Amino acid sequence: MTTLALQAGLAPVRRADHWRPAELVFWLLPVAAYFIFPDNLVLLTQIAITALFCLSLDLILGYAGIVSLGHAAFFGLGAYAAGLLAAHGFGDPLLGLGVAAVVAAALGFVTSLLVLRGADLTRLMVTLGVAMMLYELANKLTPITGGVDGLQGIEVLPLLGPFEFDLYGKTAFWYALAVLFVLFWVARRIVHSPFGLSLKGIRLNVGRMPALGTPVNARLAAVYTLGAAYAGIAGALLAQTTQFVALDVLSFNRSAELLLILVLGGSGSLYGALIGTIVFMSAHHLLSELNPQYWQFWLGALLVVIVLFARDGVMGGLRRIGARFGANGGTK
Amino acid sequence: MNYALQTRNLVKKFGGFVATNDVSLNVEAGARHALIGPNGAGKTTLINLLTGFLEPTSGEVILNGTNVTQLAQHQRVKRGLARTFQINRLFADLTVLDSVTMAVNERLGLGARFWKPVASYAEAVDEAAHLLATLRLLDVAHEKTRNLAYGKQRLIEIALALAAKPSVLLLDEPAAGVPTSESRELFESIANLPRDVTILLIEHDMDLVFRFADQISVLVSGAVLTEGTPEFIANNPKVKEVYLGEAISV
Repeated sequence: MTTLALQAGLAPVRRADHWRPAELVFWLLPVAAYFIFPDNLVLLTQIAITALFCLSLDLILGYAGIVSLGHAAFFGLGAYAAGLLAAHGFGDPLLGLGVAAVVAAALGFVTSLLVLRGADLTRLMVTLGVAMMLYELANKLTPITGGVDGLQGIEVLPLLGPFEFDLYGKTAFWYALAVLFVLFWVARRIVHSPFGLSLKGIRLNVGRMPALGTPVNARLAAVYTLGAAYAGIAGALLAQTTQFVALDVLSFNRSAELLLILVLGGSGSLYGALIGTIVFMSAHHLLSELNPQYWQFWLGALLVVIVLFARDGVMGGLRRIGARFGANGGTK
Repeated sequence: MNYALQTRNLVKKFGGFVATNDVSLNVEAGARHALIGPNGAGKTTLINLLTGFLEPTSGEVILNGTNVTQLAQHQRVKRGLARTFQINRLFADLTVLDSVTMAVNERLGLGARFWKPVASYAEAVDEAAHLLATLRLLDVAHEKTRNLAYGKQRLIEIALALAAKPSVLLLDEPAAGVPTSESRELFESIANLPRDVTILLIEHDMDLVFRFADQISVLVSGAVLTEGTPEFIANNPKVKEVYLGEAISV
């Protein structure tokens, strides 16, 4: 807190933008997981990628309140952009991420003009519509995308020069985790900035913001574009680490599942997006091993039970437990 | 005469219904101007036209000599026109300090800064804290808005508007819904607002109007019935007729 504010009689509070010990512990978990589950690196990599994808939805839904049922459009576009680059001799992974981010951001910016015109239900329709159009485009443009057979022939060059993508998926794991961490750190800065605060304001009371002098649509377009770029990078990571792009990167199912994961984890909290992904994908993995035929039943049951006890997701539940035990509360 | 806010032949029609009928209002700079009128007189519509929430069917809105009729709400705020709402429009889950800091950020042009934390913009936080001190809200600065009494929340309405450092402030029934026990503090805060801010007060409470205003316009059926000093309005037979049964005392 500032000196003047202190003189004016303001009690200092714990600043939300400072890192908490619990957060540092959280980020050691994937490092531990690498050593504990060396045979599951592919799954862990998938979790990191989906977590980044979920983070991108959290930025636009959890912080700015824009509902989307077509977020896979950006994920898929990023995957195809990076995949096509690598299939045509431009296999540098970071170049692929950059191009995917730019292409997805461009689509995000253009479609934001449509999305921002309507209210919630209209937004669901518009986002769904954009994703459906891209899906059918990718389906139809077989010579370029491979259509239903998927995009093959992706050859990714070694990361930064020395780190080749190995068969065990070690490089892929560290690569995905590093990208997730860096982009999480950036998102964390953004949500604690004045821009992030204004997004919360828009979500909490969109009618008041113009009266404060806020250009609401410009702010929403900016965060929608940012969310699209994040999703595009997540898609590019999937294409590069699996060296394949399946048509279902653009599927409705992917968008809907993402929404489910975010609500499960707790939207409006960056860690909610990460924890939701970990819980959902771990449960998915374990249940499909235990009960290969009917695992979806148990997954559904788990989701219902969690939401029954914590309406605001796992993160909300944790926060309340933290408050009850008089700790610092949950991490934000 | 130096006018802070004017309307010229302002008309707003909703289908066949004329909500605002040829209103030409002149609010002097530094004035305490009240707009009164019975329910359905078109007071809220007029506010919405002034702030840009509604577009007029015809006519102009002039702010500090500039025609702002074509400007969006947030652009008019940037030019010095702020308002409060008849029904609280606050940020329930934000703390009082965060809400007001957010409003100060917008005025200082910091609202789109996305890299450094809110608290690092000390000038904005300091200004918000000062504003809270003026309105005697500093002790609840770290409370969430939803946890405050209604009277306190009405003060946050005013704090958010003042954060824009307006040259013209529209107060839309600031005392609406405030219990008598909390209204004195609110009235005092309104009376202590800086004199260089021009205030247009829309109010039902005649007590507050006659205590506060130096100029009164009476709106009836969307049109200005009459205007003048409080004494003039209090003794005006036409006004008495409109407010038949309501006691008006100076």
